[in-house]
Amino acid sequence: MQWEVVIGLETHTQLSTASKIFSGASTRFGAEPNTQACVVDLALPGVLPVMNRGAVERAIRFGLAIGATIAPRSVFARKNYFYPDLPKGYQISQYEIPVVQGGTLTIQVPAHEKSGQAAYEKTIELTRAHLEEDAGKSLHEDYAGMTGIDLNRAGTPLLEIVTEPVMRSAAEAVAYAKTLHTLVMWLGICDGNMQEGSFRCDANVSVRPLGQAEFGTRAEIKNLNSFRFLEEAINYEVRRQIELIEDGGTVVQETRLYDSDRRETRSMRSKEDAHDYRYFPDPDLAPLAIGVDWIERVRSELPELPAAMQVRFVEQYALSAYDAATLTTSKGIAAYFEAVLAKAGASQAKMAANWIMGEVASQLNRDSLDIDASPVSAAQLAVLIARIADGTISNKIAKEVFQAIWDERATDEAAADRIIDAEGLRQISDSGELEAIIDTVLAANAKSVEEYRAGKEKAFNALIGQAMKATRGKANPQQVNDLLKKKLS
Amino acid sequence: MHQKSLTELRAALDAKEYSAVELAQHFLARIDAAAGLNAFVHVDAQRTLAQASAADALLAQGAGGPLTGLPIAHKDVFVTRGWRSTAGSKMLEHYESPFDATVVERLAQAGMVCLGKTNMDEFAMGSSNENSHFGPVKNPWDHAAVPGGSSGGSAAAVAARLAPAATGTDTGGSIRQPASLTGVTGIKPTYGRVSRYGMIAFASSLDQGGPLAQSAADCALLLNGLAGFDARDSTSIERADEDYTRHLGQSWNAAGAAGAAGTADKPLQGLRIGLPQEYFGPGLADDVRAAIDVALKQYQALGAVLVDVTLPKTELSIPVYYIIAPAEASSNLSRFDGVRYGHRAAQYGDLLDMYKKTRAEGFGPEVKRRILVGAYVLSHGYYDAYYLQAQKIRRIIAQDFQQAFAQCDVIMGPVSPTVAWNLGAKTDDPVQMYLADIYTLSTSLAGLPGMSVPCGFGAGANSQRPVGLQIIGNYFDEARMLQVAHAFQRVTDWHRREPGQQPASAPAGA
Repeated sequence: MQWEVVIGLETHTQLSTASKIFSGASTRFGAEPNTQACVVDLALPGVLPVMNRGAVERAIRFGLAIGATIAPRSVFARKNYFYPDLPKGYQISQYEIPVVQGGTLTIQVPAHEKSGQAAYEKTIELTRAHLEEDAGKSLHEDYAGMTGIDLNRAGTPLLEIVTEPVMRSAAEAVAYAKTLHTLVMWLGICDGNMQEGSFRCDANVSVRPLGQAEFGTRAEIKNLNSFRFLEEAINYEVRRQIELIEDGGTVVQETRLYDSDRRETRSMRSKEDAHDYRYFPDPDLAPLAIGVDWIERVRSELPELPAAMQVRFVEQYALSAYDAATLTTSKGIAAYFEAVLAKAGASQAKMAANWIMGEVASQLNRDSLDIDASPVSAAQLAVLIARIADGTISNKIAKEVFQAIWDERATDEAAADRIIDAEGLRQISDSGELEAIIDTVLAANAKSVEEYRAGKEKAFNALIGQAMKATRGKANPQQVNDLLKKKLS
Repeated sequence: MHQKSLTELRAALDAKEYSAVELAQHFLARIDAAAGLNAFVHVDAQRTLAQASAADALLAQGAGGPLTGLPIAHKDVFVTRGWRSTAGSKMLEHYESPFDATVVERLAQAGMVCLGKTNMDEFAMGSSNENSHFGPVKNPWDHAAVPGGSSGGSAAAVAARLAPAATGTDTGGSIRQPASLTGVTGIKPTYGRVSRYGMIAFASSLDQGGPLAQSAADCALLLNGLAGFDARDSTSIERADEDYTRHLGQSWNAAGAAGAAGTADKPLQGLRIGLPQEYFGPGLADDVRAAIDVALKQYQALGAVLVDVTLPKTELSIPVYYIIAPAEASSNLSRFDGVRYGHRAAQYGDLLDMYKKTRAEGFGPEVKRRILVGAYVLSHGYYDAYYLQAQKIRRIIAQDFQQAFAQCDVIMGPVSPTVAWNLGAKTDDPVQMYLADIYTLSTSLAGLPGMSVPCGFGAGANSQRPVGLQIIGNYFDEARMLQVAHAFQRVTDWHRREPGQQPASAPAGA
């Protein structure tokens, strides 16, 4: 039987506010346990929540970026359950009326070689995004037979972003998660740090016979905090469900956890054990009212979004869709690219793109640096590119110069020129000087000359190599080629 | 000096007849002597005297305000640094708060001297103060009677002149009803006037703090200190501060209302008093009704006119309240789980067992009852039928009041259908206890201000048990309500009566 996979994602993005969603305590990661939990976070008797407008503003920014409706009035509700790291005994969340409603995100699903599937674009419909507070952490490892509670994270603002069940493969889910990850960082609403839990996904996965209209029974896989785990967990879960059904079993609705060591999902709790959360509107918080003025101000401050920028890069700089997509994987890379062009000129777009995606990216990756901290600045790269364009140096020499700027952490904008001059790397453009060198090479390699004349094409390449070596790479290879041909004809 | 009103005490302090320390010592001695009433759960004389001494220093520098040096007792639902904050519960028997409630902080900043924490029904749930972990409070007028609840300790303290004033909270009548049953004056302001920050929550959408004192004038003075916007409470209303004493002693029309200005003997000329027929139905005890009728005649004599109004959903206020308040309470009280503070069972197995034993031991029966009801009405499949339906009726109740206020300026009626009942009389029948709240619940559900003004005593065996007149105003009309109450208190002396001085044979409503 042919099976169709159905996936919906719920993504918890931690909003990048300095203080918590309902208290003034800091949200900084990694502090000593319970040093960033104030009386409100501890749920001491008598405390009350106060909404952090910065968190709301970030939700609005997200909603506008995905073309969603910003609810003029949304409601905070209490989700009631007992757990030691949930101090109030309820989580403040949004239930019936979320702040962000609807919206779409367009994703590029890459080609899949094994199956021969070509790359394609897909638009993912979002259901909603709502504001809520995070819980604390239970620490089971460090206390023999006991559990420690760290409430530093309690009250950290989250935006839970929920899609419709519209994804049909793990590849689509990963492409969506990556696009969303780029977007929330682009908008400056989330630091995107997946190791620290700032961006984590729950995947709702089900399968159904191809062509069947009704959805199959779904399992929810919780807390996937890397794109690889997301992909592995979905693929495992899909296989598990198909095998289960084909063996005559039925999928039960349940919550599952992904064990990344064993690469499998495990049942956490079934629907029968599901809590009755007894949601009701939180009487401590008035409904969240968002006026048109606020929305319009946020809209006016929105940056150009990656999707729009990709279109512009293709139109304005004649880049390929692939290059445009790669250069907009982060706001920093896009800004770097445009800063290079601002100095080197738009006509150098392709060369700038190649340098950024090649040399810059691989060196940053090697040194684990962010583009904002690149040792070669956009202005320095622009000068270097200009020297390639005007024929001062070859591409090969340019890589040496780039490495030199990188290694010496040069701060002068014209570092490329300085290094070219100091090292005498300027390309030999004087044809008289080059002719003299070639004459010397021909004289020293009589055997090769002979072979070439006898019809051995290979010998010509050896002569070029010798000539380039004699110029220490500073000759223009095309010019060497032309001169050699002329001399040997 | 304990017989004096706050205004009189202010004058005495300013005239240096005695110091704030002497005043505090006097009340501390009375509290000590009246320990049998069980009105206080925690007194710390040293701390009180330190505050009084600081107030004296301010007064000596001429840096005092209208409240500086005046003593006050706080209901134990307000958290305080120094004094324990128990909410009348075993769960918080030894709990000390690291911060002061806004109400406590504001009054302390105004220079008031805290006499201690007053007894109350556990987590403010009750109408008789018999639900306190620290034992019931006795009604100072008749030690066989309950003082009302849940602010029973505060009301008893003021009635017995153990404190010239006290704070209380009112969720469904918890200021007005004990004020009525102990013959003191108490006001529950419009919801949102007084910050709930640091008030241990019972039902968040209903809880509202307010003062209990000897007179309307004293309540007005206290409201000046208590009320005001607080950024830490999102339900606090952002309005300019006002002087709640500003209409006291004025004639009703002097403030610009239409009609002829009142005269000296008819200061309330032009005032329309709405009488909801539902507040004078069969459930109302004859002696209470008689006292209310005399009070209303007094108002007519002062120039007011009586208007019949109707509040048709009054009876429904009981089920509506006993759905919404427990629903919110069931969630508000979830934080008492034994994990971070408060009571934790000494012996337990796993986590679930710890929760169960801690909460089984820490909460009293009425609190458990309401948590159960609340969890039930919020649960899946019942939410729409109970909670949502109750919210709809709640809105209708509020609308009914607005229709009534189209025909009148204030609404009057009884606070409680009977005078104080005997200790133990209703403890076996919670529903009987709930029914006693019928005249106060709808005001709370609508978020309106309401007050209780002493207006007489019961009859026969109840002749030592006070009756309170309820005055309900429209939103933010506290200053006008206090004006109306003050006009009554200028021509009556019910509020000046003290336990033990009332002649045993006083006829009803004399």
